[in-house]
Amino acid sequence: MTAKTLFDKIWDSHIVKSVKGGPDVLYIDRHLIHEVTSPVAFLGLKQRGLKVFRPDQTTATPDHNVPTENQHLTILDELSRHQVEMLRKNCNEHGIKYHDLQTEGHGIVHIIGPEMGLTQPGMTIVCGDSHTSTHGAFGAIAFGIGTSEVEMVLASQCIMQPKPKKMRITVTGQLRKGVTAKDIALYIISQISTSGGTGHFIEYEGSAITGLSMEGRMTLCNLSIESGARGGMIAPDETTVNYIKGREYAPKGSDWEKALVSWSELKSDEGAQFDMEYTFNADDIEPMITYGTNPGMGIGITGSIPTTENMTDNDKNNFTKSLNYMGYSEGETMLGKKVDYVFLGSCTNGRIEDFRAFAYFVKGKKKSPEVTAWLVPGSRQVEKQIREEGLTEILEAAGFQLRQPGCSACLAMNDDKIPEGKYAVSTTNRNFEGRQGPGARTLLASPLTAAAAALTGVITDPRKFL
Amino acid sequence: MAYDKFSKIISPAVPLQAENVDTDQIIPARFLKATERKGFGDNLFRDWRYNKDGSPKAGFPLNEDKYSGKILVAGKNFGSGSSREHAAWAIYDYGFRVVVSSFFADIFKNNAINNGLLPIVVSPDFLQKIFISIDKDPQAKFMADLDKQQFTILDTNESEYFEINAYKKHCLKNGLDDIDYLVAMKKEIADFEKAK
Ligand code: SF4
Repeated sequence: MTAKTLFDKIWDSHIVKSVKGGPDVLYIDRHLIHEVTSPVAFLGLKQRGLKVFRPDQTTATPDHNVPTENQHLTILDELSRHQVEMLRKNCNEHGIKYHDLQTEGHGIVHIIGPEMGLTQPGMTIVCGDSHTSTHGAFGAIAFGIGTSEVEMVLASQCIMQPKPKKMRITVTGQLRKGVTAKDIALYIISQISTSGGTGHFIEYEGSAITGLSMEGRMTLCNLSIESGARGGMIAPDETTVNYIKGREYAPKGSDWEKALVSWSELKSDEGAQFDMEYTFNADDIEPMITYGTNPGMGIGITGSIPTTENMTDNDKNNFTKSLNYMGYSEGETMLGKKVDYVFLGSCTNGRIEDFRAFAYFVKGKKKSPEVTAWLVPGSRQVEKQIREEGLTEILEAAGFQLRQPGCSACLAMNDDKIPEGKYAVSTTNRNFEGRQGPGARTLLASPLTAAAAALTGVITDPRKFL
Repeated sequence: MAYDKFSKIISPAVPLQAENVDTDQIIPARFLKATERKGFGDNLFRDWRYNKDGSPKAGFPLNEDKYSGKILVAGKNFGSGSSREHAAWAIYDYGFRVVVSSFFADIFKNNAINNGLLPIVVSPDFLQKIFISIDKDPQAKFMADLDKQQFTILDTNESEYFEINAYKKHCLKNGLDDIDYLVAMKKEIADFEKAK
């Protein structure tokens, strides 16, 4: 038998049919939907007179445009309210499990899936959101799809996809103090660029990866898409199994025993071939920060913005345009630059571990009065755990308030918009022009780096406080 | 989603020299609140195209009378970022049927083809030639020939071959989409589930 990668094993076992000269018909185990990319798909079903084929394999929640304050009130923005109502109605009509605002299961799709144990090794998981790659942390094939594909899954529990190529990224060594999964991800993207992963599915390996918690692995896999890759995955191990055990949708009893046996096969065989390989050393990674308008424009926090000296004219133009938007100049150092906003949250860094890290970092200190901080838990569960672990008191004593769960300033579809020209250190995934509000300037970083900026009002090396 | 069948297209092209044009630029998130697939073209490239007061920004190619046509030509890594299909809808709704670049992000490429918008990948050199040709004559014409899988600069008669898989080509030519195909396969899918 030929040696197979983890990706091959899962993909191949989900092919219903290979179309000649075309894509594979791929069976989907789990489908997550939200209010923004699903309404047109349901409309399409209606126009074709179709029902949802396997309603119990889809789970829904409104997250993208919901307010993060006063969620018990009617949503003020008419269009957002309409989208949420449509989702509720569509789910009712088709018998899809819907986790409404204010209920136990509410949160960002990519946070609630793993929390409920819906996300499991060996599965194929899709959602109309590119950061579906998050679920790959469990050794699943998980990727974002467009609305037409959402309609396909609703109609047939399948999509048509050409098989991507395979890339392996090995990170050896151990992370240094103050360096997190977010920094590994930003470091990798800064090395391979935002298109370096295009056409590929990444498998992460190495001691620095297996040493990560499930939360850290999710952060890393979440950001795979920012390198252009369809997704990223990590072979399941003891950490994975311990995380899933006992969760609502986790297999139980003899099913659990069976699952453990089949999950233990989920790893790349010795000698399996990848189309592309990279190796990095964790020792080379320091806390990262971005200075430009795509996630590949990142540097170690003590470093300086590159110069245009050796760039082609074309690259120089793009680079300068980006720096102009940010209000920075080439060659400048990032440390000490002014910060107006800090955002902790999103499916990248809105899990309990991120809030713990932030809270313990600011414990006994005070938020800078110059900084507006938005702390948005990724889900109701995270919110609850924050309260139960006593983090709320720590945060409040340091001058921070919690908001209610949702995507919030990650894409600024609700009212949480960073004002024009302001600088935000954000734990999210995209620093594109206007991503956090028209004219907003985003600096991507880890929760620790965000916490350090919130205390000082300027970009600060978090290791100073550790 | 139903779209017009794709046949040969001969048209001038609109140049967008920027690289890494992400879908947040193509259609900003605040315009994703519609529940129908209508009118997205008005907000295509919204923040690059309009000032805050709604007046058009001078110098943005879509605002310049000299440019027109059904072909959008853009720098490398077009369509990166968010999976929002609204990006493809907006480009199509505006009136484009072809986007040419030297490199596309994966999800955008799928979304485009699923909506009757043909993404054509050309070499970086050829892309430069296209830009130069538009620079010389903004109304210079180009031909996208799906049958022959060829993109031609008609002024100089230089062509380049482009890839598209046979199944997708068939869909585009006939205005079909994957859903028709999948729904027709339900029995096979149910059998697959049983065997799993
Ligand atoms: S938090 Fe941001 S990236 Fe994550 S699902 Fe929401 S909008 Fe998408």
